Amino acid sequence: MRLGAGAGFAGDRIDPAVELVAKGSLDVLVFEVLAERTIALAQRRRRSGSGTGFDGRLTERIDAVLPAAIRQQTRIITNGGAADPQGAGIAIRDVARQVGLPHCRVAVVTGDDVLQRLDLEACTVLETGEALAAYRERLVSANAYLGITPLLAALHTEPNVIIAGRTTDAALFLAPLVHAFGWAKDDWDLLARGSVVGHLLECAGQLTGGYFADGVRKHVPNLAQLGFPYADVWADGSAVVSKLPEAGGRVDRATCLEQLLYEVEDPARYLTPDVVVDVRSVRLEEVGPDAVQVSGAVGQPAPDTLKVSLGIDGGYIGTGAISYAGPGCLARAQLAADIVQQRWARVYGRDPSALQMDLIGLTSCTPWRGLHAPEMPEPPEVRLRAAVRAFDRRIAVDLAREIESLYTNGPAGGGGVETSVRDTIAVISTLVPRELVDPQVEVLE
Amino acid sequence: MSVTVQLGEKAHCRFGDKGDTGLFIVIPYDPQDFDALVAGVTAERVSQYLGQLAADQVSCRPCPELGALVVVVRGSLRGGVTASLALDAHGKTRSGYLLGMSVSWNDG
Repeated sequence: MRLGAGAGFAGDRIDPAVELVAKGSLDVLVFEVLAERTIALAQRRRRSGSGTGFDGRLTERIDAVLPAAIRQQTRIITNGGAADPQGAGIAIRDVARQVGLPHCRVAVVTGDDVLQRLDLEACTVLETGEALAAYRERLVSANAYLGITPLLAALHTEPNVIIAGRTTDAALFLAPLVHAFGWAKDDWDLLARGSVVGHLLECAGQLTGGYFADGVRKHVPNLAQLGFPYADVWADGSAVVSKLPEAGGRVDRATCLEQLLYEVEDPARYLTPDVVVDVRSVRLEEVGPDAVQVSGAVGQPAPDTLKVSLGIDGGYIGTGAISYAGPGCLARAQLAADIVQQRWARVYGRDPSALQMDLIGLTSCTPWRGLHAPEMPEPPEVRLRAAVRAFDRRIAVDLAREIESLYTNGPAGGGGVETSVRDTIAVISTLVPRELVDPQVEVLE
Repeated sequence: MSVTVQLGEKAHCRFGDKGDTGLFIVIPYDPQDFDALVAGVTAERVSQYLGQLAADQVSCRPCPELGALVVVVRGSLRGGVTASLALDAHGKTRSGYLLGMSVSWNDG
């Protein structure tokens, strides 16, 4: 069984998936395109009537690979349905008709949206310990992380394309393995091995040398044509991950090990809705050029609860940035920051400590160091960035205008002002009993 | 014998985020250096380097079978990617920053 990664996030490149489908003899291609905030943003777009409720580039992705995929019997599985899997399914069916594939079967998985089913008083917010009811007014979306069960139901309908909303990333890869090999849903070691394969592939280019290369010591060949990975998986759950020989990138123990532990908080207990994985027991062995064998994962029974990701109104973020150059640029940027903070208090009567102030090139990636750290060297140029969050949009606009006003009223030689005001979604999470979630599968023909 | 090295001379690093928790994966270039890595990259040293965090915010999870160290830093992302006002709200640049940390290294 050969599984390929077609996208590792919503903004991912499209050409590597096209190459993988054309030359990779895949059984399954997975587009993983849902980040934490994606569904809430899509929900908001859908409600405001300003766009679709599903991933904006989904039809573009599917359009790029569908004819070749159907010709070669490569099944496509994606979570790009976001807040509207049904709408996405209809859009994909229309794409199929347009390219002369009227018999394309699209299976749609719904039921991750639990917004109307949640008992807000009974749910506890994992991050803060508060009752979810405290966020009632700000709640935009609530989606449970579905595991393989509804995806298996979808696979039984033998579709060309499966569109889901919120699922775990690994389930998109695990489900076709369970379907193909008939693994029992309580064979925890096999489920753990399949989940590890999914976990390795889910970030696409991050396994093949992306997010890895440093240009000095960690060399990755031909990064501009970075290929996406695929895995050959056997019935015992062992796998070999690789890339197309002609594609750029690198697959070896080092790239796999970085990805194996990526975003894993407790390697002894990596939680998924389908199995709890002990990642420490995984063996990674180089078995050929750009080929790593993955085996040995051990699993424990799945947890009783499902995680629900909640999108809440995060207010507006206003930002502004201005650059200074040459001798004394650091002092002028620091002076500009002081001016903005003083005016925030005196002119607007607001708390200046709510402003995030960064010196880009010196402190923006290490914000805890502050603007006046004694050990800062004088750079050839520096850029002051200010940001604020507020539920009142006017406050965000005020900050953007204050930065712009530094052109004529601030320190000497300030230039290149850019400002932005955008509304945001924050994400919190809670746990719910499995029984609360009732996924459904619908086939569009 | 123990020498002081910059971490990036001996190890590579990937950073990931889960909510408000930052996760560093630190891997020695030479697998033989695993014990030296675990001895040098301590919770105390990391908390000091990342802006004097409270000691209980940082925990180190060695994975000897894999030859990697996971460093978990809680409450360090200003609410996490969806809440932070920081330019790098994910904290992704911190893998590079951590490699600039000087550590005491047991040289065999």
